[in-house]
Amino acid sequence: MIRKRELTFWERMYLPEIIRGVALTSRHFVRNLAIHTLHAVGLAKHRSAAVTYQYPEQPRPLAPRLRTRHRLTLREDGTPRCVACMMCETVCPARCITIVAGEHPDPNIEKYPTRFDIDLGVCIYCGYCVEACPEDAIRMDTQILDIAAYSRAEMKLDLHELLNPSLRKPVKACSLPFPHRCAVRGDPHAAGPEQPLHGPIFIGGDVTRAAGMEDQAQQARQIEAPHPVPLPSGEREKGEGRGNG
Amino acid sequence: MPTLTIDGQQVTVPPGTTIIQAADQLGITIPRYCYHPGLSIAGNCRICLVEVEKAPKLQIACYTPVADGMVVHTGSDKTLKARQEVLEFLLANHPLDCPVCDQAGECELQNYYMDHGRYEARFLEQKVKKSKKATPIGPTVMLDQERCILCSRCVRFTDEISKTSELGIFHRGDHAELDVVPGRALDNAYAGNVVDICPVGALTDRDFRFKARVWYLSSSPSVCPGCSRGCNIEIHYVLDRPYLADGARVMRLKPRYNPAVNQWWMCDEGRYGYKAIDRARLVQPMGRTQGLSPQGTVPSADSVSHPLVWDLAMTEAAQHLQEAQTRNQLGQWGVLPSPQMTNEELFLARQLFQERLGVACDGRVAERPATGDNFLMTADKSPNRRGMAAIFSETTDQKGTVPQGDSPLLAERAAAGELKGLIVFDHDLVALYGEAVARTVAQRVFLIYVGSHDTATSRLAHLVLPSAVYAEKDGTFTNVDGRVQRIVKAFEPLSGARGGLEIVADLARRLGAAFPHTTAAEVFRAIGASVPAFQGLTYETLGAHGAPLATAEAVTV
Repeated sequence: MIRKRELTFWERMYLPEIIRGVALTSRHFVRNLAIHTLHAVGLAKHRSAAVTYQYPEQPRPLAPRLRTRHRLTLREDGTPRCVACMMCETVCPARCITIVAGEHPDPNIEKYPTRFDIDLGVCIYCGYCVEACPEDAIRMDTQILDIAAYSRAEMKLDLHELLNPSLRKPVKACSLPFPHRCAVRGDPHAAGPEQPLHGPIFIGGDVTRAAGMEDQAQQARQIEAPHPVPLPSGEREKGEGRGNG
Repeated sequence: MPTLTIDGQQVTVPPGTTIIQAADQLGITIPRYCYHPGLSIAGNCRICLVEVEKAPKLQIACYTPVADGMVVHTGSDKTLKARQEVLEFLLANHPLDCPVCDQAGECELQNYYMDHGRYEARFLEQKVKKSKKATPIGPTVMLDQERCILCSRCVRFTDEISKTSELGIFHRGDHAELDVVPGRALDNAYAGNVVDICPVGALTDRDFRFKARVWYLSSSPSVCPGCSRGCNIEIHYVLDRPYLADGARVMRLKPRYNPAVNQWWMCDEGRYGYKAIDRARLVQPMGRTQGLSPQGTVPSADSVSHPLVWDLAMTEAAQHLQEAQTRNQLGQWGVLPSPQMTNEELFLARQLFQERLGVACDGRVAERPATGDNFLMTADKSPNRRGMAAIFSETTDQKGTVPQGDSPLLAERAAAGELKGLIVFDHDLVALYGEAVARTVAQRVFLIYVGSHDTATSRLAHLVLPSAVYAEKDGTFTNVDGRVQRIVKAFEPLSGARGGLEIVADLARRLGAAFPHTTAAEVFRAIGASVPAFQGLTYETLGAHGAPLATAEAVTV
């Protein structure tokens, strides 16, 4: 429990504390005004004063090591450096990375991602993926922070956006020079199944999720509980006996 | 019998036993690459070097026979140093491509390096580069010579187990490399086993290639349903990353050691038979009418099949049986149980249909011709024909519900129009009896199909109840030698499908004859109590390796 500090007599006087606060604010105002004025005439450059950035017209300079939107680095031939070892997918604590591996045409490279998605709506920007990568294939150095979208699906980066950080959905044309699962070209598997692919799926047995199936459930409910099957005499004991055994 | 001491523990073993086998008996694991209990001993990898007192040099544990009074140290400084140095030699030319290697995560080089290696690299010479990277050497196996440590396990496997001798080690010294004999391919029926026994990533599975990292896999013990041998397997599956294999859950099957059945091996047909688990499955009950079919009528086989909710589908099945019951026509109904079903499902079906309702159950189902071999594969491609024979053999009661020897098969009777209704479990009538017979059956009888897969029969049936496959249910199979073995539910049935036990028990409940036992273990206890062949068997006594039927000789198929 936090005990509230008793105000001193001086503080209870009210006015002196008000004056102290206004003095503090005024001091900063005067100091900033003076230093900015000196800066304007080229003096006191080594002293900094508070500023307001006019974001988004004027972005704030970022530290070079700040973790920002991800990108995948490229080999010289334009294919990703990523070898789809799935270390980042494994280490990711938010589980926002989705990788599907494929066979690289160059047998010395062997493996590369045909699908690589990062769900920025889920990512916590911990940077473990960059740490885990044995190939320096993923970096978080694009300095892009303003990630906004109208839907959760748009928060997902795919191979196009990861390999070319200037791209953002909707991606209109695909110029990736290697086979991949490409939503731009209309590959139905590009987003992959969120649930196993087995045709229409109804959760549970009796839950009615398909259109028109509520009527069936209603119809089934209205049917009376069936009568017990009359068993031939002597059979009941035998049957039950086996059952109970 | 010599008695020796390994790391301070005494053990007495038969003469001729090697140190590594004696240590295995004590639960002391000595590292190994070339040694495999199912193969002859090569003694070439040297990782199993151990210190034997009074011997001038370290001895290889895999090939040194035990002697009375021998004192072995598997963890002494000298042994650990030797292990580290052997690893340094083995890794001298090994590529550092663990990130793209499918073996990573279950690789003995990785494991032993982390346990015994961890040395500073001092290899300054040029690595010997073997010929180009991974190449397929057969329909199922990829070879990467760079990763090979020349343990020769695979060569010995093809020489001794498959007896096909496709593989060999060619050239000498540090140019030695594993390859297929020129002009041949590793295409024998057991080729997949070389992937299992390869301790490194030199031989990898083409089917599993790049599909998933092994640490994503969950594992569940089971029995292969591919033939009546009943090889023990592990199902490796991934549920939380459906994108890896386009929604398929099972990634691969691996053989599980069972000294009485398959030892360490399994055939490729079984190994790649898992694909049906996630393919062409039935995921919702289907019916020919959009509500209940009119009683006592057979909907036209050409009418459209609609999805039904489970409740309605089960109600319809129960009502048809009840209608037959009240009209005293159950004698004109038939049930075709399947050797694909577990013992538990068969027993429950027998109890409900044969004993309580008096419906004829016909266990004699035609077989599709297939071939076996003289090793593991059998010609009978169903996992539980022996169990079906045991469960349905003994109820030739006064009703005579099991047709005797030369009486016509149920399916034939159905085609002849003698029946009013037929419940088919898992069988594909079209494949077994031909399109014409199956069509005739569907036109003349009310056909209920309980099965897991979309087949020609399920498309003809009037009522389809989708059931679970072996990976989705608990139960037991009885193999060709009468060994009862457990299958363990790896994951839930596809949503929309139900376990076979659940379907039969639900039907019984709707007919007012609910069973006191519902779970597979309870049903199995009931089998043990009432079927003589299963006397005294419970899931506990079956254990991991199964147990033979009490009357294994008495039951003939």
